[in-house]
Parts: sequence; structure tokens; C-alpha cells
Amino acid sequence: MNKFLDKFFHLSTLSIALLTLLVTGAIFGVLYLEAKPAMDAFGFDFLVSSKWAPNLEKFGAFPAIVGSILSTALAMFLAIPLAIGVAIFLSEIAPAKLKSPVGVSIELLAAIPSVIYGMWGLFYFVPIIRDLFGGLGIGLLTAGIVLAIMILPFMAAVTRDAMNTTPDILKESAYALGGTKWDVIKDVVIPYAKAGIIGATILALGRAIGETMAVTFVMGNVHKIPLLITDPATSIPVALANEFAEADDGLYFSSLFYLALVLFVISFAIIAFAKFAFLKRGRQ
Amino acid sequence: MTHTEKRILVNKLVMILSSLSAAVGIAFLLWILSVLVINGIDAINWNIFIYEGAPPGYEESGLKHALIGQLILIGVSTLIGVPLGILAGAYLSEYGGLKSKLANVIRDISDIMMSAPSIVIGVFVYAMIINRDSFLYDNWFSQNIWSGLSFSPALAGSFSGWAGIIALTIIMVPIILRTTDDMLQLVPTTLREAAFALGAPKYKVILQVVIRGAKTGILTGVLLGVARVSGETAPLLFTSFNDNFLNTDLSEPIASLTVTMFNYATSPYEDWQKLGWAAAFILSMFILGLNILGRLLLHTRKKK
Repeated sequence: MNKFLDKFFHLSTLSIALLTLLVTGAIFGVLYLEAKPAMDAFGFDFLVSSKWAPNLEKFGAFPAIVGSILSTALAMFLAIPLAIGVAIFLSEIAPAKLKSPVGVSIELLAAIPSVIYGMWGLFYFVPIIRDLFGGLGIGLLTAGIVLAIMILPFMAAVTRDAMNTTPDILKESAYALGGTKWDVIKDVVIPYAKAGIIGATILALGRAIGETMAVTFVMGNVHKIPLLITDPATSIPVALANEFAEADDGLYFSSLFYLALVLFVISFAIIAFAKFAFLKRGRQ
Repeated sequence: MTHTEKRILVNKLVMILSSLSAAVGIAFLLWILSVLVINGIDAINWNIFIYEGAPPGYEESGLKHALIGQLILIGVSTLIGVPLGILAGAYLSEYGGLKSKLANVIRDISDIMMSAPSIVIGVFVYAMIINRDSFLYDNWFSQNIWSGLSFSPALAGSFSGWAGIIALTIIMVPIILRTTDDMLQLVPTTLREAAFALGAPKYKVILQVVIRGAKTGILTGVLLGVARVSGETAPLLFTSFNDNFLNTDLSEPIASLTVTMFNYATSPYEDWQKLGWAAAFILSMFILGLNILGRLLLHTRKKK
């Protein structure tokens, strides 16, 4: 009886564990099958054509792809220096009394849902951008900034964790040689934690590119290549969030599935790259 | 200027820059938090808990439908996702171990899925369960042996609570699986050996000794997983959709705080926007509470 139960338990836990692989595979497979009509209709052109005209049954993903890349690049450009600054502050500069409360509040902010960052962006940040630059206030610039602020706590927390892995004895040796704090940071801490910091940054990039709610409020969903940084634009997740529920015709639907597939492949590849190249498991 | 003076100057400069960037980052985050608290407290009153959705302009409008819908969605996906995650984690740690190739592949994929775009999971669930015109439905489900296995016949054609729950479960399982796996590995081998020496079969050792030994850690993982899922909006947009009234039938669209918040905040009506802030405040406090609870649990465990 025990033998049977043992086997049963083994097999059932195994099949549940395999379910995770099955679901991941199914996501790729289902998206591919649903995207196939659009693939057949537009082929590779889908990725480089700028025309998104549901009424004419013409679909090109280029503006959404460019919008995803530009908004994410802008967010990373703003967030990386800030995140590294916060991480250096938390791991090397802050007095012990500040370290833990500031560190914990940063981690808690990383837990706040992205839809709230989006809402804040819409009600408080859009008017500022509108006053500063004119126009609608909704667009690439606003989306990039809101995305940067949303990703900042996560990035800072992971970067700080990487920096904290530097053994104290290494830092103490450098101080004993007469190094200033900056000498120690740039010649000991950063080289030691380099892989972790790059990994954290790429992981944040992988999350930012698939982020939907923080940018849907403030990007505008206009399928055009933005000429100015303040122009309304769109990105893959924004287009999906806005159009998926109202798409009616087969090719329109299929094109949205194609977009989802492109997004899934891109972010899967980025996250996997961060993980395999820089973040080794079990090093905590 | 001597070399030393220069180094000291550069050092000071970097210290100032880094503290400044920390100040800027923290200022932005405080700004968001204060906006959330001020607008949230301003918008909260008893009506919110008593009334359901109403057209703009009505005094008697509230969030009862969304609060209850949210609790149902999160509750049911927790009930499904937690046992699945714990059992799969138990497999990785107790049968797979650190050297098993299969276990390591599952670990890697789960790590990636934890950061994968959640909107894609919503799209996937839509295609699998709801979409009646889908390629899959036409070519597989409606014609061959697979039809018996699919959800489609019962739920196809309409947004439903079940679809939302499945999407949330897909997001939750990898988180719980990975924490369970990590936590079980911290349980000392001697504990397992002692149980085996008493003649206990492996499944009993796992269920009654190993999982029990790691229960605080697993509970932390569960709390963090539930907190993460509670804030998800994108995967619910085309699965559980939304409803302006109270609905507890999971085969129908069901309101959630997050989607309600999204719809109200993007509406042009001031009283709806106010309700959106109330929803944002309640949800954030819930999520922060779960996170703080998880932290306290981990803390007491470390102290022991």
C-alpha cells in the first residue's frame, strides 16, 4: 500500500512539475497557431510595415515594435544611473540607521502594482509634461519616464543585493591601502558585483518591455512612428491592452496574436539571456 | 592640486551624486505614495463597501462588486495555485534535487515565467478558453478527440471568472514552486534520515516532515505569490473582463479591483476617478500588508 502511495505521490508531483513546462510550451504553440493567418497574409513584412489599418485589413507592427524599443530604452536610460546611485547609497554610503528602513521601503515600492504607477502618471505627470512641452502630454516621453519610475525600485533592490555580495574583507583591504570610498566602489565593489549588476539591469529591461499597465495610461496608442519624443506612440503591450477586446475580424485578431508572440519571444529571450549569462542560480 | 586631493575631490563628488540620485529616486516614490494615500483616504467612505457600480453622478455608487470579485478571483486562484506550486516544488527538491537535468530545466523556465509579460498570459488564456472563432477551436477542439479535454465547450464565447482565475494561477504557480523548492532544500537531510529510519515511506516524509519543517518559508512564498497576483491587471483585461454589478458566477464576466480601477481612472467622470483612487488605495494596502506580513514571518524564522 505504501509502495503504491509512494509511486502515486512521485508521479503526481512529477506531472504537476511538468505542467509548468507544458504551459510554457503551450503559450508558444497557441500564439503561433493563432498568429499563423497573419503570418501567412503578411509574412515578414508584418515586422517592418508601418501601416496599421484595421478597416483596410492591413497590419504592420513596426510602430509598435519601435515604440516598445524606444520607450524601454528611454526608461532604461533614466533608470540605470538612478538605480545604481540608489544601490551605491544603500550598500556603501547610507548610515546603518537609514539602510534598513530605506531599503525595505524601496522593496515594498517594487511590490506596488504597476497599474497604480500608470494612474499616477496619468493624473499627476501628464499635466506637467503638457505644461513643459505642449501637446497632449501623452506620449513616448511620459511613458518612458513613468516606466523608469516603475522599474526603479526593482532594479535598485536587485543591484543593491548584487553589491552586498562583495565580501567585507575585500573592501576592508582596499580601505587599508588608503582607498577612498569611491576607489573602493569602482575598483572593488563594482568589479566584484559586475555580473550581478548587469544581470539585474537586463532582467529589469525584460520586465520593462512587457510592462502593460504603467504605460497604457500615458502612451496614447497611436500606430505611427513618433517624430518627436513628446508624440503619442504605441507599444506592443499597449496595442494589445487597447485593441484586443474590441478586435472583431479574423485577420485583426490574428495580427494581435502575432504581436503577442513577438513580445513573448523578445522578453523570453532577454530574461533567459540575463539569467544564463549573468545570474547564476544558488548564489544568494 | 595633488593626486590625493584630486582623489578626495572625486570621492566627494561621487558621494554627493549618488546620495542625490537616491534622493531623487526616493522623492519620486514618496510622491506616488503620498498621492495614493491622500487621494485614497479622501475617496474612502462607507458607501464604497455598501454599493455596487452605478452610472456617473449617482451618490450611491461603490466598489462592493469589485471588492468581492477581487476576493473571489484571488481566493480561488490561491486555492488552485498554492497546492500545485507546493507539490511541484516538492518534486523539484525531493525527487529532482540539484543535479537532475529535468528539475533544473523546470527551475529555469519557472524563473523566466516569473518575469514574463503578464498580458501575454491573458492573451494565451483568451485563445485557449474563450475564443470561439479561434484557429485552435476550429481545427482541434471542435473536431477531434481533444474536444473532450478542452474547456471550450462550456466557457467559450464569453469572458468568464474562470478564465481570469486560470490566468492568475499560471502567474502564481512559478513563484510558489520556486520558493517551496528553495525552502525545502534548507531542511536538514538528517531530519529526512531520521524519519526514514522510523520506517516512514517517502511521501509521508515529504508531506509530514519536510514540508512541515519548511512551513514558515513556504507561507512567505505563498504570501508573496498572492500579493503579486493581486496587483495583476493586464491578464484580467480579456479573461475575467469586468462587470459593473456584483456577480459571483464564475462562468460570467466578473469585476476585479484592478480592471475597475483602470476603467474608472480612464473615464472622464470625476466621481468615477475618485472611486478609482479608492480602489487603488485599498488594493495597495492589501498588497503592502501581505508583503510586510511575509517579511515579518521570514524575520522571526531567522531569529530562531
